[in-house]
Amino acid sequence: MTSFPVENSGLGAAADRPYHETYRQAEHFRTQADEFDAVKLGVWLFLATEILLFSGLFVFYGIMRMLHPEAFIHGSSLLDWRWGLLNTLVLLYSSYTVASAVRCAQVGDQKGLQRNILITFVMGLLFLVIKFVFEYAPKYAEGKLPGFWYSYPNWESPYEPLWWGMYWGATGVHASHVIIGMGLFVWLYIRARKLHFGPKHYNAVEGVGLYWHIVDVVWIFLFPMLYLIH
Amino acid sequence: MASISGTNVGAHGHDHAHHDEPYLTPKSSLWATIIDWATTIDHKKIGVMYLVAVLFMFFLGGVAALAVRVELLEPTRTVTTTVNGETTVQITGSVMHSVGMATDMASAGDWYNKIFTLHGLIMVFLVIVPSIPASLGNFLMPLMLGAKDVAFPKLNLASWYIYLFGSFFAIASAVVGGVDTGWTFYTPYSTITDAGHWKVVFMILAAFILGFSSILTGLNFIVTVHKLRAPGMGWFDMPLFVWGMYGTSLIQVLATPVIGITLLLLIFERLFHIGIFDPRMGGDPVLFQHFFWFYSHPVVYVMILPGMAIMSELIAVFCRKKVFGYRAVAFSSLAIAAIAFVVWGHHLFTSQGEVAAAVFSALTFLVALPSAVKVFNWVATLYKGSIDLKTPMWYALGFLFLFSIGGLTGLFLGALSVDLHLHDTYFVVAHFHYVMMGGTIIAFIGGIHMWWPKMFGKMYNEFWGQTGFWLVFIGFNLTFFPQFIMGVHGMPRRYASYVDEFLIYHQLSTVGSWVLLLGFLVHFFNFVHSLAAGPKAPPNPWGALTLEWTDAASPPITHNFHHEPVVTHGPYDYDDVVPAQTKPGEFPLPPKAEGRTVHVVKAGH
Ligand code: HEM
Ligand SMILES: [Cu+2]
Repeated sequence: MTSFPVENSGLGAAADRPYHETYRQAEHFRTQADEFDAVKLGVWLFLATEILLFSGLFVFYGIMRMLHPEAFIHGSSLLDWRWGLLNTLVLLYSSYTVASAVRCAQVGDQKGLQRNILITFVMGLLFLVIKFVFEYAPKYAEGKLPGFWYSYPNWESPYEPLWWGMYWGATGVHASHVIIGMGLFVWLYIRARKLHFGPKHYNAVEGVGLYWHIVDVVWIFLFPMLYLIH
Repeated sequence: MASISGTNVGAHGHDHAHHDEPYLTPKSSLWATIIDWATTIDHKKIGVMYLVAVLFMFFLGGVAALAVRVELLEPTRTVTTTVNGETTVQITGSVMHSVGMATDMASAGDWYNKIFTLHGLIMVFLVIVPSIPASLGNFLMPLMLGAKDVAFPKLNLASWYIYLFGSFFAIASAVVGGVDTGWTFYTPYSTITDAGHWKVVFMILAAFILGFSSILTGLNFIVTVHKLRAPGMGWFDMPLFVWGMYGTSLIQVLATPVIGITLLLLIFERLFHIGIFDPRMGGDPVLFQHFFWFYSHPVVYVMILPGMAIMSELIAVFCRKKVFGYRAVAFSSLAIAAIAFVVWGHHLFTSQGEVAAAVFSALTFLVALPSAVKVFNWVATLYKGSIDLKTPMWYALGFLFLFSIGGLTGLFLGALSVDLHLHDTYFVVAHFHYVMMGGTIIAFIGGIHMWWPKMFGKMYNEFWGQTGFWLVFIGFNLTFFPQFIMGVHGMPRRYASYVDEFLIYHQLSTVGSWVLLLGFLVHFFNFVHSLAAGPKAPPNPWGALTLEWTDAASPPITHNFHHEPVVTHGPYDYDDVVPAQTKPGEFPLPPKAEGRTVHVVKAGH
C-alpha cells in the first residue's frame, strides 16, 4: 500500500489561525521535508547563477584594469571611499537584520519577523538613496559618465571613459539587484502579515535572505575593487 | 491499494475526480479550455505548448533557410556591359533583387545577411536550445521518475511565458527590419551596425531573456531529479534520458549567466557606449568572442546532450536490450558537461595567441572522447539486439550515421593547423549542421515519433513515418555534404556571391533543401492525420520498460499515475522482464512489491 502522506492537507485557509494551519504542502511532493529540501536546492542553484553572473562582471573588470591600470587608478581616486564605506555598513547591517528575520521565523516570533523585514527594506532604500543622491547625481553633473557620454575635463588617462563605463555598469547591475530585493521584501512583508511563516515553513524568508546576502557579498567585492585599490 | 486521488478526496476539500481524466480532456467550453491551458501548471500541457511553439519557430527558421538556399542557387553578381560607349549595370542571380526587395548590389547583400542571421538566431535560441528539454523533457521527466509534476510547477509556467516574451522581442526585431550581425553578435560590428536603431538591441534582449527561460527550466529539472524520484529508484535506476537531461540542466544553469552578463554589457555598449568592446576607447572586441564562446560552446552540448538522451531510449526500446555500459553512458553525460567549459578557445584559433591556441586544440580533442563513448555504446547495444525497424529506430540509426560525421569533422576543426585553413568556410557550416541538425533535430524527430502515442494517445502511420525519414535523411545529406567539399576548396561562409567552381555544390545543396522540406511536410501531414483519424494508442505500444509506458495511460491522466509507481526493475531489464503488448487501459506490471524484486511477466503473444 502506497500513498502520499496527507499530514499537512485538509485544513481550510483561515488567516486568523497560527501559520501552520494555513500552510498546505504542494501535492506533488511526497513529504514536507522533500518540499523543504527542494526549495532550498532550487534557491542555492539560483544563487549559483547570480554568483556566475557577477563573476563574469569581475572578470571583465580585471581584464580592463589589466589593460589600462593608470585609467583605473586615477578614476578610482575620484570616488569618495567614505560614501562607499557607509553603504557597505548599511548593507552589512541589513544582512544582520535579514538573518534575524529568518531566525524570528524559525522560532515563530511574528512581530520580530515583520520588524526585521521592514528594517531590511529600509536599509535597501537607504543604500539606494546614498548611491543616487551622493554618488550618481554629482558624477552625472560633472560629466563623469560612461564612455561616449564622458565630458569631465580633468582626466589623466585617455581611457578614463572606460573606467566610468565599468563603474556605472557594475554598480548599475548591482543596484538593480538591490531594487529586486526590495520588491521581494515587500512580498515577504505582506505574507508575514498574513502569518504565512513559522518554525516549519520559513523557506521563502530564508530564500530571500540568502539572495540578499549574495547582493551584499557582491557589494563587499565591488567596494574595494572600485573605491580602495589604488 | 489506495490511489493517490482516493486519499486526497475530501482531505483537500475539493473534488479530485477530474484528475483521473486524460490530461487532454477539454473543459466545458472553448474559452474555459483556453484559459485552462494558458494558466496550467501541468508539466504535460506545458511540454505540449512548448512543442507546438518550437515546431512553429522551426518552421519560421526553415523558411529563412530555404530563402538563403534559393538565393545561393546562383551567385549574386554585378554585371557591367559597355555597348557603343554606353555602360549598363545589371545585377544577376539575386532573388532578393528580382522580387524587388533590393535596389542594388549592396542592398541585395544586406538582405542576404539579415536572412541568414535571422535563420541562425531563430534556430539556435528559439528552436534547438529549448527544443528537447522544454518539450519532451517537460513532458517526460516527471513521468519517467514516477512523479506527479516537476519540482516547481509555477516556475515552469513562468519559464514558458518568459520564452514567449523573449520570442516576442526576436520577432519584433525581425519585423521592424531585422539585424545583420550573424547569430554570434561579434563586436565591434554588432555595436555599430544600424546605429541609433533599436533592432539590434531587441535581438540581443531576446537572447538575454530566453537565457532566463533556459536557466529556470534547468534549475527545475535538477531539483526534480534530486527530490522526486519514485520510491525504489536510485540514481542508477533512472532512464538514461533523465541522465542526459540532468547534464543538460547543469550546463544551462552554469553557462547561461555568463552570456547573460555579456549580452547585458553588449546592450550597455550599444546604448551608452561604455567602451569595453570598442578599441577606440581602449576596449577589446575579441573579449566579446571569449565570453560569447565561454557560453556558446557549452551550449552546443545543451543542444546535443538531449539528443543523446533520446538516443539511449530509442536504441534500448527498439533493440529490446539493456543499453551497453549504462554507467559509462551516464557518466559521459557529466564528463561532456564538465569538459565543455574548457574548450571555448577553439572558436578563436585565428584571433588568439599561439600557446593558447595549442592548449585549446588539445583540450578540444578531449571533448570528443565522451561523445565517442556514447556512440560506441549505442552501436554495441545494437549487437544481438532484436531490432525493430520502426520510424524512431530509423531515426536512431540516422543519428549514429550523421552525428559520427559531425563529430569527426569537429576533430578536423579542432586540429589547429587544419582549422586555420577551414575556419569561416562552409566546412564549419557543414560540421555544425551535421551535429545540430543531423544530431539534435534528427533525435528530436525520432523522439517525437516514439512518444507521440504517449503524448496524444494516437498512433501515427508507420509507412508515412518511414517515408518521411528517408526524405529527410537523403535531403539532409544532399544539402550539407557538398558543403564540406566547398569548404575544403575555400568557399567562405556568409557570402551571397561565389566563383563558378562552386556552382554545382551550391545547386546540389539547394535541391537538397527542397527534399528536406518535402520530408518535413510528409511528417507534418502524418501527425495531423494521426491526431484527426489515427488509431487509438495502447499504453505501451512499443513494449518499453520505463514508467511512462508501464504505469501511465496514453495519454496520461492529469495526475500522471493512478497509483504511485514503485520501481521494481531497471529501465532496460529486457532480459528479465517482458512487458506484454497491452490493450488500452491495461497495465502489465502493476507495482506490487517494495524493493527491487524482478517480475517476470509473460509476453501477451
Ligand atoms: C565532437 C566534438 C566536437 C568538436 C571536436 C568540435 C569542434 C569544433 C571546432 C574546432 C569549431 C570551430 C571551427 C571554426 O570556426 O573554425 C566548431 C564549430 C562549431 N561547432 Fe563543433 N565540435 C564538436 C561538436 C559539436 C556539437 C555537438 C555541436 C552542436 C550540437 C557543435 C556545434 C558547432 C557550431 C554551432 C560551430 C560554429 C559556430 C559558428 O562559428 O557559427 N559542435 N566545432
Ligand atoms: Cu565549440
